[in-house]
Amino acid sequence: MATFGRALLIVAFALTLYGIGASLYGAIAHRRAWVDSGRRAVYSLAGVLTVAFVVLEAAFLRNDFSFSVVATHSSTTTPTGYKMAAAWSSQEGSLLLWVWLLSLWSSLVLYLTRRRVREIAPYATAVLLGFGAFFLMLVIFFASPFKTLANPPLQGTGLDALLLHPAMMIHPPMLYSGYTLCAVPFAFAIGALITRQVNVEWVQITRRFALGAWLFLGIGIILGARWSYTELGWGGYWGWDAVENASLLPWLTMTAYIHSIMIQEKRGMLKVWNATLVLATGTLAILGTFLVRSGILDSIHAFGASTLGVPFLILIGVMIVGSIGLVVGRRGILRSEHSLDSFFSREAIFIVQNIVLVGMAFVVFWGTFFPLISEAVTGTKTSVGPPWFDRYTVPLALVLVVLTGVGPLIAWRRATLANLRRNFVVPLLVALVALVALLAIGAGDQPKALLMFVAAAFVIGCVGQELFRGTRARQTMSKEAAPVALVSLVRRNRRRYGGYIAHVGFAVLLLAVAASSSFQHAKDISLTPGQSTRIDGYTVRYTQATAAATAQKISLGARVDISKAGKHVTTLRTTRNFYPSQDTSLGIVGRFFNGDSDSVVGLRAGVGRDLWTVINPDLKPLQPIINQGDATFRTAMTTLVRNGGSSASVNKLYQLRDTAIAGITQRFITHPWAADFRILVSPLASWIWIGAIIIALGGLIAIWPMPHGAARRVRAGYAARVARDLARS
Amino acid sequence: MDPSRKRRIRLIMAATAAVFLASALIYTSFSAGSDEKTAGQLHDNAIVGKQYTLAGTVAAHSVQHGADGVLWFSVVDPHRPVSVRVRYKGIIPDPFREGRGVLVKVTKEGTTFVGEKDSLTTKCPSKFQVAPPRGPAKSGSGMSSKQT
Repeated sequence: MATFGRALLIVAFALTLYGIGASLYGAIAHRRAWVDSGRRAVYSLAGVLTVAFVVLEAAFLRNDFSFSVVATHSSTTTPTGYKMAAAWSSQEGSLLLWVWLLSLWSSLVLYLTRRRVREIAPYATAVLLGFGAFFLMLVIFFASPFKTLANPPLQGTGLDALLLHPAMMIHPPMLYSGYTLCAVPFAFAIGALITRQVNVEWVQITRRFALGAWLFLGIGIILGARWSYTELGWGGYWGWDAVENASLLPWLTMTAYIHSIMIQEKRGMLKVWNATLVLATGTLAILGTFLVRSGILDSIHAFGASTLGVPFLILIGVMIVGSIGLVVGRRGILRSEHSLDSFFSREAIFIVQNIVLVGMAFVVFWGTFFPLISEAVTGTKTSVGPPWFDRYTVPLALVLVVLTGVGPLIAWRRATLANLRRNFVVPLLVALVALVALLAIGAGDQPKALLMFVAAAFVIGCVGQELFRGTRARQTMSKEAAPVALVSLVRRNRRRYGGYIAHVGFAVLLLAVAASSSFQHAKDISLTPGQSTRIDGYTVRYTQATAAATAQKISLGARVDISKAGKHVTTLRTTRNFYPSQDTSLGIVGRFFNGDSDSVVGLRAGVGRDLWTVINPDLKPLQPIINQGDATFRTAMTTLVRNGGSSASVNKLYQLRDTAIAGITQRFITHPWAADFRILVSPLASWIWIGAIIIALGGLIAIWPMPHGAARRVRAGYAARVARDLARS
Repeated sequence: MDPSRKRRIRLIMAATAAVFLASALIYTSFSAGSDEKTAGQLHDNAIVGKQYTLAGTVAAHSVQHGADGVLWFSVVDPHRPVSVRVRYKGIIPDPFREGRGVLVKVTKEGTTFVGEKDSLTTKCPSKFQVAPPRGPAKSGSGMSSKQT
């Protein structure tokens, strides 16, 4: 099957080369048949790569350890779901996933646009296939997922213990979907610039794909954050790690892009800016992929150092030089059709919002790459930590939240005093009430958090007012009940209200980040069973030690009761799992306690606050008995081998060893000693995930296609509203 | 005012603001950054009271758990046989082990280096690239499960 897989990759590579050639020849020679053939090469590519990916997944599911990646990333004891996910836990498999997803998205966009933008599409096809060819070259020549072993082992190494988390099954495919979707608007922008077709059509065609990229990247990022929240040593839900930052960069610039294209659509402005943004986003998506794989920056989430850095650098260099060359070369036809009339206008607010987003992206970029920059300048690698990132991103995020409220309400072209009064009095009153209430409950000692709360209240006020007005107007027109009118309102203008909903989610998410980071209580303490401690009004009692031993792992843990004012609140269970080491030089018993380990956090998520705890049991008290076990079994094994013991005897010895290990493990319960705990009380932390769900919901509503007639009516209605705004000013 | 002149003034103002902010960013990143040093560099040249990011490998048999959750370990220089002793308190990442690459923010105090709370990061070059298994699976690994 590996040979079949390799053959599929070669066929796929040949298809990309053919498709590029056919598309470009068709475009230059105006031969429609060749262009169509190039597009069909993309469909075929998707088909071939689907089969290749199925072959790889089948190898994981069949425990076919003749595949090198299966032997090193899975085992017979790996649960089925994780076996499938193990395919992309490897460098090789993840590259195949990348190019497979790219082929699927490319097929979708080219199918949907097969009768539109006929001049741009062949070039976009060539660019998309160019990306495909690059990644196929990597999986054929540098990191083949179909590499085989001459002597396959009977058992594989298994998936890294840290990756045994449900998010592993969905987080990487989401991120890769986001990254690969970024290539779609990038490709069409290149096509538009080459063919000088820089009108708004290519922007409208790729808008949903840009939104899809933004949505998938966002979901991927938030799933990663959630995973990190429950993983010890990954810096909580956000640690400003290089790989985390790499995924945030294209998300920030894509956020800027999906807002600024509205100005190009409505007023024919910001063409250079939009082209630059979308090209930068495509490049940053590749940069993110490169960062995870090159090993050039220290990250807890990166693949090991590899030889893929140079090819990626060449690709990024080509993308940057090509993008700059095209934008500079086409600057004449990218001129704005209008200029900014007033700073008090929606255009101006969108521009400021774009500057803030790009400024944020620059801060994140600079901080992420600072170790490399400083080494190049001073010869010393210097890194900046979370406080440096927070210093810049917190004020920028505050401005951004305020703008998410102002942007949708302010008039196009020039806002009048009446417009400002009509739209902002209520939200400002909501913000004022929030400020007074927060000061009254003593939130004033955290000014940044306080400002974020007030800004979020302002945004919720803005959007709430818009929804209320829209619903009321619809009720007046159609006599519908309020909930029905609200749903109809959102359904009939999905882009607009989807955006508003996403804005509320964004405000809620940042509010929760501010609350959970500024008002978090943390305690590190050593406790023995029966002992208790207090944190933020809660009494935390280590009630019972727990222990378990299986073939896969040893688990030492604790049951922790949490109460407040004498009333039981919850019981948390936290464990630390120890996985057997592969190092055969370790003792026969000791290797079960000296392998990889991971922590299972005890978490009670609540609307008001999260209660979070993790145990770090000290194995030192077990060490003498482990050493004794090692010595005893070493002697027994030596004796058995010397006397030519049967395999039944060896198995009996291993059974005795298993019993001994289970006995040693039980000492954690029968002779308990102190274990270290970290306890956190994080206010509103759950709202981070709720905010993210609201953003995703808003994104889905905005992306969901409307029936053609309804869309036309909405466009007409919106055009009338814009015209009213313009006429008023 | 002439629109092109107006546009030019806006552009100059925006460029000035961008240059000012970028300068602040660059200055603070150099002044607030922490130099990444090897154990050998710190052993030879560390200044008492200055913070560094120590990068290296956790020395074999060097990890000790002290009282009150204090963790002691030594970090070895990757290029020469020199190590420095680190006293650390805070979150110990799950992948932390002897022989693993780590990054930790340290300040020299006397002869030891004191780690900043929660600054310990375990580098994982092997995280997704586990060493291949050496041979057939060991028999007798059917350990029974015991849970209380």
